[in-house]
Amino acid sequence: MTELRIKRIASIQSFKNQSFKIQKLMHKTWWKILAAVLVVYTAIAGLLLGVPRMAILNETIRNLYFHVPMWFAMVVLFTISVWYSIRSLSTQSEADDIRAVESANTGVIFGILGIVTGAVWAKFTWGQFWSFDPKQNFAAISLLLYFAYFVLRNAIDEEQKRAKIAAIYNIFAFPMMVVLLFVLPRLQDSLHPGNGGNPGFNSYDLDSRMRMVFYPACLGWILIGYWIYTLRFRTKILENKHL
Amino acid sequence: MQLAQQVKHLIKKEIILEWRSKYALNGVLLYVVSTVFVCYMSFQIIDKLTWNALFWIIMLFASINAIAKSFLQESKGRQLYIYTLVSPAALIIAKTIYNSLLMIVLTVIALAFYCMVFEPSKDIDIFMYLLAAVLGSLSFSTIFTMVSAIASKTGNGGMLMAILSFPIIIPVLIVLIKFAKNAMDGLDRSVSLDEIGLLAVINVIVMTVALLLFPYLWRD
Repeated sequence: MTELRIKRIASIQSFKNQSFKIQKLMHKTWWKILAAVLVVYTAIAGLLLGVPRMAILNETIRNLYFHVPMWFAMVVLFTISVWYSIRSLSTQSEADDIRAVESANTGVIFGILGIVTGAVWAKFTWGQFWSFDPKQNFAAISLLLYFAYFVLRNAIDEEQKRAKIAAIYNIFAFPMMVVLLFVLPRLQDSLHPGNGGNPGFNSYDLDSRMRMVFYPACLGWILIGYWIYTLRFRTKILENKHL
Repeated sequence: MQLAQQVKHLIKKEIILEWRSKYALNGVLLYVVSTVFVCYMSFQIIDKLTWNALFWIIMLFASINAIAKSFLQESKGRQLYIYTLVSPAALIIAKTIYNSLLMIVLTVIALAFYCMVFEPSKDIDIFMYLLAAVLGSLSFSTIFTMVSAIASKTGNGGMLMAILSFPIIIPVLIVLIKFAKNAMDGLDRSVSLDEIGLLAVINVIVMTVALLLFPYLWRD
């Protein structure tokens, strides 16, 4: 009798343990699941759901779900990078420096993806891959800023000095990136929507059907970007430990 | 008050040092003059758009050469000596002010010579163009002074200076060229207010960030 009770209690205990573990796991990973679900959803819904019929855009309007979220993800990652650069100046910790460089790395990947998706879209709507549109140029230049950041890192051998000087350059360059991406395009005519007399997307064709996909896409890609950055950060930390 | 005193003395020191050797001033002037000359021989006649762009490209390279030396050429011993005497804020302010003065002098001389060699267009608003030149030299000096401080901390400063400063200066250069183009076409002065405001804002931001960051940078 007592043996059975003990067994039952043990099994309940282990079940409780298990569920606690799952709960803990869920607590840490719910946003990763959310990111995956959102991106899969946008891929399916973005290609299948109805979109407004526009003259030149036609079906390419669906690229909005993939092209624009790349830039959001990139800006979020660069902001994280600057945040950790500022922190690493005061804490001097190696982890903060690695966080800054890995988020910049991931941000650059998203920037390149943004340029590529934009170039493909431009080919079908504006006629050529690169039409020297101000926004295209400025996006490319802001990527150059981050390439300069990586070159600067490679030029310094001593680790602490590298962390400090690279952080300073990163912080110094960030306001310029903001000017490049958010201020200058407003002053010039562009083929992009919302510039140079072109109506913005939100004014007529981002109707509720598109919003249903666009906002989840932005959130999903930002989360995916953040996830990639944490993975890169953790592998880098492990690599450094084994060295 | 102490800061102002320190800044004053540092600027005085820079000017005296420069006046003794006249290295930067003469070197960069010669550089500008010979570049303008080479351009004249190869272009002969240029249209308005090229006139403007060429001037700013010449000024860009001249200012990189002029300002790169502000931190790169200081010897280690002298830097250490200065660091024991003054606060980092005083040092960066003094260097920026001195470089701005140097750049304004250089730009005005260069502009005069450039106008002599290549005739400017008829309806140029010379006052606004001068304003563009002065604002341009201010922006060049604020940005390049900080970048040269960063580049001087690495092994091979000269090459890094160009790599690090070009992406940062491009937005400023775009605004400047647009502003100067407006002045050259003799457009109404109120048209360029946007550009003047933006340049002023960029300068203020750059100066603030430089002031905040330099104390972390200067100590090895």
